[in-house]
Amino acid sequence: MQAVGLTKQVLSGDQPLTILHDVTFAVEAGESLAIVGASGSGKSTLLGLLAGLDVPSSGSVLLHGADLFALDEDGRARLRGELAGFVFQSFQLLPALNALENVMLPLELAGVKEARQRAEASLEQVGLSARAHHLPKHLSGGEQQRVALARAFVTQPKILFADEPTGNLDAATGSQVIELMLELNRAQGTTLILVTHDEALARRCGKQLRLAAGKVE
Amino acid sequence: MNILRLSLNLLRRDWRAGEWRVLLLALVLAVGSLATVGLFADRVRQALQQQAQSLIGADLRITSTRPFSPAYRKAAEARGLQVVQSRTFPSMVSKGEQVSLSEIQAVEAGYPLRGKIEIDDGSVHVAQAIPARGTVWADERLLRRLDVQAGDEVGIGARRFVVAAIVVKDIDQSIGFSSFAPRVQMNDADLVSTGLLQQGSRLSYRLMIAGDAVQVKLLRTELEPGLSGNEKMEDVRDARPEIRTALERAEHFLGLAALTAAILAGAAMALAARRFVLRHLDGCAVMRCLGAQQGQVLWLFLYQFILLGVLAVLLGGLLGYATQAVLVESIAAMRNASLPQPSVLPLLKAAASGFALLLGFAFLPLLQLRRVSPLRVLRREMGSPEVSGWLIYGLAVAVLALLFLWHAGSLKLGLAVLGGLLAGLLVFGWLAWLLLHGLARNSFYFQSQWRHAFNNLARHGRSAAVQVVALSLGGMALLVLTLVRADLLEAWQGKLPPDTPNRFVVNIQSDQVQPVRDFFLRQSLPAPELQPMVRGRLVAINERAISGDSYPDPRARGLVEREFNLSYMEQMPVWNELVSGKWWGSCDTLLAKPADCGSGCQTASRVLETSASLCRGGQNGAGELSVEEGIAKTLGIHLGDTLTYDVAGSSFTAKVSSLRKVQWDSMRVNFFVIATPELLQDFPASYLSSFYLPQDKVRAGDELSRAFPNILLIDTGAVIAQVRGIMDQIAQTVSAVFLFTLLTGLAVLYAALLATQDERSHEAAILRTLGADSRYLRSLHLSEFAVLGGLSGLFAAAGAVLLGWVLARFVLDIPYRSDISIWFIGCGGGMAVVMLAGWLATRQLVLRPPLRILAAD
Repeated sequence: MQAVGLTKQVLSGDQPLTILHDVTFAVEAGESLAIVGASGSGKSTLLGLLAGLDVPSSGSVLLHGADLFALDEDGRARLRGELAGFVFQSFQLLPALNALENVMLPLELAGVKEARQRAEASLEQVGLSARAHHLPKHLSGGEQQRVALARAFVTQPKILFADEPTGNLDAATGSQVIELMLELNRAQGTTLILVTHDEALARRCGKQLRLAAGKVE
Repeated sequence: MNILRLSLNLLRRDWRAGEWRVLLLALVLAVGSLATVGLFADRVRQALQQQAQSLIGADLRITSTRPFSPAYRKAAEARGLQVVQSRTFPSMVSKGEQVSLSEIQAVEAGYPLRGKIEIDDGSVHVAQAIPARGTVWADERLLRRLDVQAGDEVGIGARRFVVAAIVVKDIDQSIGFSSFAPRVQMNDADLVSTGLLQQGSRLSYRLMIAGDAVQVKLLRTELEPGLSGNEKMEDVRDARPEIRTALERAEHFLGLAALTAAILAGAAMALAARRFVLRHLDGCAVMRCLGAQQGQVLWLFLYQFILLGVLAVLLGGLLGYATQAVLVESIAAMRNASLPQPSVLPLLKAAASGFALLLGFAFLPLLQLRRVSPLRVLRREMGSPEVSGWLIYGLAVAVLALLFLWHAGSLKLGLAVLGGLLAGLLVFGWLAWLLLHGLARNSFYFQSQWRHAFNNLARHGRSAAVQVVALSLGGMALLVLTLVRADLLEAWQGKLPPDTPNRFVVNIQSDQVQPVRDFFLRQSLPAPELQPMVRGRLVAINERAISGDSYPDPRARGLVEREFNLSYMEQMPVWNELVSGKWWGSCDTLLAKPADCGSGCQTASRVLETSASLCRGGQNGAGELSVEEGIAKTLGIHLGDTLTYDVAGSSFTAKVSSLRKVQWDSMRVNFFVIATPELLQDFPASYLSSFYLPQDKVRAGDELSRAFPNILLIDTGAVIAQVRGIMDQIAQTVSAVFLFTLLTGLAVLYAALLATQDERSHEAAILRTLGADSRYLRSLHLSEFAVLGGLSGLFAAAGAVLLGWVLARFVLDIPYRSDISIWFIGCGGGMAVVMLAGWLATRQLVLRPPLRILAAD
């Protein structure tokens, strides 16, 4: 993945406000990158741009050689479905679906036939087979994030975007989740892009990108 | 297919989580109420139609004074229709020395094609055949006049017949002048043997046709152009203007009931759809993140909505069918009326309306989901993508408008209700917003929780205004259907009070006027107001000669070709209404003086008389005419035009000084054209009147006929009973449907409460964290609900009064007086209901530990 001159400006009142300024870097396949910085430094904005969830004011993102912003929103969605997995701070499980169904969702959207078997296998990998039929509200925070991991990895993504994956978890549970994520990452050879302000977690990634006031330090 | 399967899965899962319940409930209630009203109305309409058909004894009737061409019968039979002929003529019926003029009706086997004749031949029952040869059936009036009993013999022409039965309930009668005499029914095969079929017999022929409605219509189109001048074709709508009016009013009322349910359902669905969308924004963003394209997201939800629609339509249809069946069974008059089974059409109509509501109120909010930004997964504060408000409301209004026009079945009613609704929506929404902000601005006068409540409501000014509007809409519909409906029905039914005239008396000669008045006095009956009638032909308008050929419209041609019944009078009849111009009686009021005028007012009344005569003097020589507005329109007569009439060879010309509206269903004597007395009083006139003959004085009618043989006495009591019966049925129908509307109204309230519950629960959790106790929270919530409910109730009352006035004035054509209590009931009721429902919905909120709520958020 390659980011070239990524800049994001928004209007704050009448004044343009630069959230990201000319961010350029590259991550090789299978590498892991931690984006670190203080609150408001532009970490989440950068992650959103890298994943194609938002469009930059200028600059581009090349994913497996394809220019993300040359595609329309639906094209980016298709690419996300094929290549990317996500883990969020607030888990983002669909409350109406049980654990298994949440994991099946990306497969079903992609039209995969054996969605159920693969989702069950994925839940097995995160050690939650026994809770497959529980709704998110009946799972603990750690369990919810493990379901989110199972959902992220079930499509065997080429690249995993993680936004503060331990932000809502206590230290012990958080480190369990991190171990699991890194292990899955290694096993599947996935590229990992992680936003965190946990320095210890950042150090475990191959590369670190430090942001301050929207610029790379 | 894959998306469809996924939709099914999501629907199943969402269903389990309770997400769809409100929408489904709203839609089921919508379809259910529409189906109930539709099916119910359909059955009543069919029953009314049948009842009305029984009045002419057929679906279509051709009358003539000459025998029909056999081609008519052949044409009808070729279309598979039933045909029966009757011949009617006046003749004397005798028993011993006594004779009575009667209307002899000779009928063929199969008569009547529609409706039933009830006879008493020892026991009262529905006649299964026509009179056997050699026998006749007679009505009670003949029996009274000739002192005949069943089984006696009477003479008609050269033959004698046995009176085999008494006709208890007859059909096929018209208000026309022919039914003045008692009726005797005989077998057509006996007619020749009476020797009464001679040259010059005043025979009236009737060809009655019934069968498949489409074929009847086709036959009518086929035969009508070829009818000769003395042949007249009519179906129930032509035959009975008063029944037609009642039928149309029935449809208006039922249409109104259906509309109200549709509005309420729409409001409930809009609220439910909004909540559904808000609760699915996150899920959609996640799906977009996981690779779902916009089209996929749209179809994912569209399929669910369609499936939901199908389910709701099925359930609603079932509910509607069951409800109307229960309604019919629970209303005695309906149960006994053995209503026909409803057709499938109202169900289809309700289903289509359900889908239209779903489209109008849920489709555009749904489009929002498609456009959710996936970035929302990272930034929850992003809110929901906005679809143009104009577009959303525009579509909803368009769908409602179409439904209105469709269900009202009348452009006038549909537009009246829709116009009232739209104006109400805008004005109420704006007023609510203004009031809520006004309250917040002045909240420092109030206690803390009130202040907090006002500020809360003002902060959500727009959504609170939407809630107030939705609730007031529900309330308005409920008030219209309860209080206003009762007022309207009472006023409407009041148009036919119990002492509505049930007899017409015509052909009274000038020298009989006083003797007839004396007769009534002797019988202790109030003297009828005898009105003069002069027959004249309209020959010119504005000095330009006219004839039948001047008008393409056959009705107008018919009016011009025959003689008008003209009358003259000083005062306008009270049951007429001046539409434009001025009644000449305006200076006659000067003549009115108190009956017990003492000596003190003698001088005053002399002065008045002088002024009155001066007033008259001003009009000397120039007579005036007052024309009924309908006929004026048909003949192209305007205020200020001069009309020339030919009366018995001499003519007069006068100016049209006013147009009147006439209540044709008032059962009173009405005239198309009324003149000032000086114009007509010198022409030969006969007199007529209508009066109420109580049941216990029926014999007085017979004595009147005996004392003045030339006078025609016409019994209109049966028609009045029929019209009144129809009105009663309608009144009961609307009352029954009210229950359903109440349910839909409660669904609106439920949806409105659910729509704000998430936010309310979040706020409660934060307030609890900050130290608010449950008492404070409860009184905060109740204060908010009290304001919402009170405002909604106030607006509901205002809307109901306005709508009632519009309906009364422009649709039902009656004066409307609203009761002041509607305002108190509206406000108090709104407050009580919203507070109670709100308390039920939020009482758990104040007790739940705040952390659980915040964690769930």
